[in-house]
Amino acid sequence: MLSQKTKETLFGPLNVNNPVVVQVLGICSALAVTVQLKPALVMGIAVTIIVALSNVIISLLRNTIPMRIRIIVQLVVVAALVTLVSEVLKAFAYDVAMQLSVYIGLIITNCILMGRLEAFAMTNKVWDSLLDGLGNGFGYAIILIIVAFFRELLGSGSLLGFKVIPDSWYAAGYENCGMMMMPAMALILVGCIIWAHRSLNKEEK
Amino acid sequence: MKLNTNSNVYTIVYATIVVVIVAVLLALAHMGLKDTQDQKVKLDQQKQMLVALRYDLKTCPNPAATYEELVMDTLQMTKDNEKANIIRFRLPNGEMKYVLRLHGAGLWGGIGGYIAMDEDKNTIYGINFNHESETPGLGALIVEKPFREQFEGKKIRNEAGEMVSIAVMKQGKTCEAGEAYQVDAVSGATITSTGVSDMLRENLCTEYADFLNVEPKTEEE
Repeated sequence: MLSQKTKETLFGPLNVNNPVVVQVLGICSALAVTVQLKPALVMGIAVTIIVALSNVIISLLRNTIPMRIRIIVQLVVVAALVTLVSEVLKAFAYDVAMQLSVYIGLIITNCILMGRLEAFAMTNKVWDSLLDGLGNGFGYAIILIIVAFFRELLGSGSLLGFKVIPDSWYAAGYENCGMMMMPAMALILVGCIIWAHRSLNKEEK
Repeated sequence: MKLNTNSNVYTIVYATIVVVIVAVLLALAHMGLKDTQDQKVKLDQQKQMLVALRYDLKTCPNPAATYEELVMDTLQMTKDNEKANIIRFRLPNGEMKYVLRLHGAGLWGGIGGYIAMDEDKNTIYGINFNHESETPGLGALIVEKPFREQFEGKKIRNEAGEMVSIAVMKQGKTCEAGEAYQVDAVSGATITSTGVSDMLRENLCTEYADFLNVEPKTEEE
């Protein structure tokens, strides 16, 4: 159903061209929202929706946008979408919106968005841009989820808020790793993922 | 005919149209969602007050209904500051509690909370804290039960009847008023802990001074 090129557009960002571990974009928010799995999931979904939609909108407008103000137009589109998502979250997922607090607003400054708009949506057709947005959003979300999985498991002994480490372990002297709660640990985890990713993809380089 | 997308007129018109469309869209979305958002904020505040009244939200399926059951009335403290109002609750066992709203500053942003007082306006029944952006695992621990529980049953006046508030002290240190008037700080979160301490003192001694009958003398301390 999908041609080779569209497959690459959609699945490339998940692995060989991942926005976080290969292009090292969007690290800031990846550090901030990955203490627990739930906010990381919501953040991943929010970014995916926003990248995909803004890619589509910019791709639709690409032939009409005046070159001199193209960055401003991109920013306005992204900012409008982010504000919409933020309003919707506040209305329907208040707890999560509070937990993500400023980071939802900061999606506007997520480099993945501007990067994809400028590098892809400005020069490609709508359908390809949608796939590219989805691919990059998922690529970002996957890394967030992996990092949050380890941070919540090792830092709080729970997953999605449910306790998974049995009490008998704590009785035997096991302790949650406080370091995992700090943003620095997210950076180290991302580093480990990049390390694993690079050594797995050695041949393709 | 092909438009010259690089002409000045085109650029200005284009920018204006885009901005107007976006502005209308966002204004509509905000107006459409405002009621739901306000409800969520209200429900969140009610939940926080219930926590201050020692309710466990996990065993409380319908917080809004529980709140309605318990709430008695609102004491209007000042005309223009709705947030400084004190809400009275009647617990199922017949006891009456006052719930006062707290607000202060932590390390990265604001902190706040609700404090539930017994009828004597002296004994703390329960307390709840919230924060905007304290460090997870450190300052953010003020919202957790072990920290909050320390306040339960503490008195905010010393034996001479003077307002001393409750100090959050590092372990091993004693505050001026004596050990009965302090709780242990969260280790590693000095600024947040000091923030909680200051918030309690300032709110109780200044904002709610009239309600708690604080003498001006102690206020300056």
